[in-house]
Amino acid sequence: MLIITCPNCGSRPVEEFRFGGEIPQPPESITDPFERDLDQVWMFTNVAGVQTERWFHDAGCHRWLTATRDTSIDRFVD
Amino acid sequence: MNEFVETLLELTWHEPKSSYDVVIIGGGGHGLATAYYLATQHGITNVAVLEADYIGSGNSGRNTTIIRANYGIPESIRFYQHSLDLYSTLEQETGCWIMHATKGLLWLAHTESAMRNERARAMLNTACGAETVLVDPTEIKALVPQLDLSGGGRYPVLGASYHIPASTARHDRVVWAYAQGAMQRGVHVLQNTPVTGLIRDGDRVVGVRTATGDISAGVVMSAVGGNVSQIAAHAGVRLPVRTHPLQAFVTNGYAQGFGPIISDTELLCYISQTARGQMLIGHEYDRETSYSLQSSFQFLQANAIKMSYLLPFVRDLKILRQWTGRCDVSADFSPIMGFTDVDGFVITTGWGTWGFKAIPAGGEAMAELIATGRTPELIEPFALSRFAADHAMADQGSTGTR
Ligand SMILES: Cc1cc2nc3c(=O)[nH]c(=O)nc-3n(C[C@H](O)[C@H](O)[C@H](O)COP(=O)(O)OP(=O)(O)OC[C@H]3O[C@@H](n4cnc5c(N)ncnc54)[C@H](O)[C@@H]3O)c2cc1C
Ligand SMILES: [Zn+2]
Repeated sequence: MLIITCPNCGSRPVEEFRFGGEIPQPPESITDPFERDLDQVWMFTNVAGVQTERWFHDAGCHRWLTATRDTSIDRFVD
Repeated sequence: MNEFVETLLELTWHEPKSSYDVVIIGGGGHGLATAYYLATQHGITNVAVLEADYIGSGNSGRNTTIIRANYGIPESIRFYQHSLDLYSTLEQETGCWIMHATKGLLWLAHTESAMRNERARAMLNTACGAETVLVDPTEIKALVPQLDLSGGGRYPVLGASYHIPASTARHDRVVWAYAQGAMQRGVHVLQNTPVTGLIRDGDRVVGVRTATGDISAGVVMSAVGGNVSQIAAHAGVRLPVRTHPLQAFVTNGYAQGFGPIISDTELLCYISQTARGQMLIGHEYDRETSYSLQSSFQFLQANAIKMSYLLPFVRDLKILRQWTGRCDVSADFSPIMGFTDVDGFVITTGWGTWGFKAIPAGGEAMAELIATGRTPELIEPFALSRFAADHAMADQGSTGTR
């Protein structure tokens, strides 16, 4: 079972949380403002590796937190 | 019609050449169907399909094989209806027995709001040519006598939309049928050949890198399922795609002859019977993105319980196997087919949890696009450029049943 450490509530099972997805990060190489907006809204890095992402503690403190997870094995990393 | 095992023996494997007109990355249904139609409809046979593992090892050999056209927007319905039509003649076309069977598909409704959705689904699809009618509980019971219309006292069945031409086919036979048809016409299918990078010349993609050497190509197509973001990144292309796991399981055999496919948008699960008599049960994709193929107990438990409300007989069955696939889910739940901003690099992706049914039409359209250099009208709405043009193709019909 996956455990998420919530800064407010401590270690809780992943089922209590809602997944908010990777934090959008348009690459530096995109400089055109329109292209940056497009990337911010629609595109994903979708990395097979360590991803910085948001989770919402639905069954707990009702706050967002940031976590890092290795998506290639679906395990949280510190 | 040939017995399949015998036709399999006609597969001929080749050593890679250093150059092809077209290199297709990914030996799933979409990659192999594209190769097949390049050969059969356009006479282009100097083609290689590079598969990291064995052909059909991705989602094309892991899915629940539902073929349907009742989607949520006219552009999708038209596309999937064409694919459904191609499936219905694929056995004659390829000479391979893919075990195609028309079963019909019921989408159950337990609440008034769900009934409104099913009514809208039936009307839209009928208007667009995908035969779908509304049925009441008595008609549903006649189609599926095993169904508990009270839903275990929790999920009463108020009605359903019934998509009459929905069907299934044996998934790996579809893959082999296209592979064989392509290989017999000279296409090289190279298994155990992962593509590790793309070769670029200025702004163009001109080939692929593999462990055994570089292969140059006039056109490179990515058809790699859940790994698409990695391949596209080699070309500097960013995609509105996230990789989510999708799970399914089968039980041991139940009396043959279980009728239609049953789907439930409120319970988020669906069921059908395989040709072996096993009950095949699926669900929505996992919430969090992941490339892991680890299956979960939570999935098994939740869906076994939900199915037992609807079909009490499943309580007496045993779970045989469960498995997971890696799905390339697009941001608007519609496929992404065609050109990218990079010359020489085309993609077919966004197949998410619904792309098995699309293999014939997707392959045919991508073959035409590669052969003619123009986007076929049928897939124009599904170009990657739609996101920049603010024409996302949000399709609710992609969810619920696969
Ligand atoms: C459990 C489950 C149930 C489903 N149910 C249905 C359903 O009922 N109906 C439906 O229509 N759809 C369904 N789908 C979705 C459907 O299976 C897929 O959309 C479809 O098979 C995609 O085909 P593809 O050829 O694009 O990808 P895949 O079949 O995944 O093929 C991609 C291939 O690319 C290879 N590859 C990856 N990276 C590389 C590389 N770097 N180099 C070379 N090769 C590479 C992989 O090994 C793989 O064989 C389901 C999916 C799952 C997982
Ligand atoms: Zn909390």
